Amino acid sequence: MLIERYIYLAIALFCIGIVGVLARRNAIIIFMCIELMLNAVNLLLVAFSKMHHAAAVAKGSTAGIEGQLFVFFIMVVAAAEVSVGLAIIVMMYRNTHSVDVNFLNRLKH
Amino acid sequence: MALGSAIMVVISRNPVHSVLWLIITFFAISGHYILMNAQFLGIVNLIVYAGAIMVLFLFVIMLMNLNAETEPQKNKWLKLAGVVAGGCLLLVLVAALKQAEVKGKVAMLETGDIGLIRNLGKALFTDFVVPFEISSILFLSAMVGAVVIGKK
Repeated sequence: MLIERYIYLAIALFCIGIVGVLARRNAIIIFMCIELMLNAVNLLLVAFSKMHHAAAVAKGSTAGIEGQLFVFFIMVVAAAEVSVGLAIIVMMYRNTHSVDVNFLNRLKH
Repeated sequence: MALGSAIMVVISRNPVHSVLWLIITFFAISGHYILMNAQFLGIVNLIVYAGAIMVLFLFVIMLMNLNAETEPQKNKWLKLAGVVAGGCLLLVLVAALKQAEVKGKVAMLETGDIGLIRNLGKALFTDFVVPFEISSILFLSAMVGAVVIGKK
């Protein structure tokens, strides 16, 4: 398939994630939209890695394998980030009894 | 399908529905990975994202007992401004892509063996062994951090 279609799909997913971050106030939904943006980038990395592999002529070459390993590491970092971020959200809910990010405009009180 | 369910993530008012739509989005993205013969990443995406992370989100939402009534409401103009800003970004990216020289390049579908576990594992444990070990340390510190934050 043409690479442009994957690029358009990833751009659209990324922009939906941006809109979600900007337009919603629920902290958990903002977090999920960040995950959506990470996944858009992952999809694009895999598509480019396959494109790079298609361009390599040698048989049995492993060109493009770095892209897929990058995606793997992004997933690892995202999993760690989610665990810490959700712990922070739970603590914030305990303090303010709300997940509204506007209550966080003052960090100390 | 990925786009439709991604839009539903943003506009559904109930956070639980939002999580369910996000799971559908991840399934669609995994389908793309498998179509591109990146089988390892497809399966890992299913297990890690659609399985573990989404269960974590659902668990936290249930713990806080959130629903559509307690959903914080933003004022209308801010929402509109968010949508307009996102649309502008989409427009700029698409316009930039029109200028780029990517015409005619193809991504291989259903062929090529770099996505198989055998080749990925070989590269992971030879060329990328240091980042792999560092990521294990990162996981350990994230685990400790989550526990410390949660204990307070």
